Amino acid sequence: MDAIEVDAVVVRRDRHGPPALDGITARVAAGRVTGLLGPSGAGKTTLLRVVVGVQRWSAGSVRVLGLPAGSPALRSRIGYLTQAAAVYADLTVAENVRYFAALAGAAPGAVVEVLDEVGMARWADRLAGALSGGQRARVSLACALVGRPDLLVLDEPTVGQDPVLRDELWRSFRARAAAGATVLVSSHVMDEAARCDDLLLVRDGRVLASGTPGSVMAQAGETDMDSAFLTLIRRQQQRTPVGATSGSTS
Amino acid sequence: MSAAVVPATAGRVLRQLRHDRRTVALLVLVPLLLLGLLRWMFQEEPGAFDRVAPIMVAVFPFTVMFLVTSIAMLRERTTGTLERLMTTRTRPAELIAGYALAFAVAASVQAGSMVTVALAVFGLDGAGPAAALVGVAELTALLGVGLGLLASAFSRTEFQAVQMLPVVVIPQLLLCGLFVPRESMSSVLHAVSDALPLSYAVQAIQRSAGPDTAGLWRDVCILAGCVILALALAAATMRRRTR
Repeated sequence: MDAIEVDAVVVRRDRHGPPALDGITARVAAGRVTGLLGPSGAGKTTLLRVVVGVQRWSAGSVRVLGLPAGSPALRSRIGYLTQAAAVYADLTVAENVRYFAALAGAAPGAVVEVLDEVGMARWADRLAGALSGGQRARVSLACALVGRPDLLVLDEPTVGQDPVLRDELWRSFRARAAAGATVLVSSHVMDEAARCDDLLLVRDGRVLASGTPGSVMAQAGETDMDSAFLTLIRRQQQRTPVGATSGSTS
Repeated sequence: MSAAVVPATAGRVLRQLRHDRRTVALLVLVPLLLLGLLRWMFQEEPGAFDRVAPIMVAVFPFTVMFLVTSIAMLRERTTGTLERLMTTRTRPAELIAGYALAFAVAASVQAGSMVTVALAVFGLDGAGPAAALVGVAELTALLGVGLGLLASAFSRTEFQAVQMLPVVVIPQLLLCGLFVPRESMSSVLHAVSDALPLSYAVQAIQRSAGPDTAGLWRDVCILAGCVILALALAAATMRRRTR
């Protein structure tokens, strides 16, 4: 079953220039960890914002957990991590998580649990503004995880984290998926692709390739993700005449 | 509306304030110091202090709350917390209500301490009942909250938000009857003054000292209507989805 169905979605941020999403079509399977990979400016964040219901789009359709994206019924079922740490600098770590726990209607005890999960329990009473960037990002992640949502939409959750922490965070994403949640994670680091069940490779607002990490590498005929991505990009460029912006007819 | 969202939001905003000592000082101590300054300025004419001090009780919460809420909401927009809130079950109206509730609490501390100190320390005489002064101050604070939230929708940076103060607040201060009694203004200025909500707060403060309770309630109702309008407009300008 697909948790997310995106069909021919177009997002135009401004009238000039290429669209942020150029008729993108994608599927995200339920109960799996799907990696959304691509260079910066590929449209990853825009696609995630469409899914969580805070981005307008001009054409196409988006269904999330069987409902049109942005439906009020979805709001209690989605946990969204923005790219920049969206926490209140003038609240403590625990106060930040407690607020989002209240909004999500989380079970009592969820706050302590989730702070443990992201390795921030030691700093529970510290003001978020006094933390390092990596720590603040983990508080922000805790705020997305605390309601135990059915769908986790995480925009570059591991940026700025050391290798040990990154490993722990990926373990917790996997544990969430094992417990039945659908996890959609964006990253521009190709070596994180191997940790995903499925991949969506995007560039210029379109899907370049999708499938399991193994099948994406096979499609490109490469044995590592970096080369696979480069090969797929070159193939796409050969199909598109030089000087023309991809797919833009306006 | 879900019952839990508004108190959770109000509690969060108050906790933010509590962690920010300087803002607490701005909200509570600075008005008292300025009241002392006013008393000192009017040392030779206590009648003038008795006229101006009650008006300050209404004007101060308005100005301060405008400033604090416009910056606070702008920070929600720029740090991404607003976008995150819009993915939760929080509705714009509930977020605005949470802010209003939190700053109503802050305003009662501010206005309550101003009235107490004005009466007990600076010997304010001839003003209306303390409850009336605090009640009107509460409404002007909410007016400041509503207009501040609205102003933040039209600013992209904190720098721009602060610059809304001379546009939105200062004209109201000049024309509300604090500097020149409204009756002695030219008919054009009087008409402009009639259209500005803060004028009704000042009028209510002045009427609370006299026998005209019907006029007082009329002013309070007009002011309350403006508060509701400003808060409703602030909620209406908040979009869940952006381009």
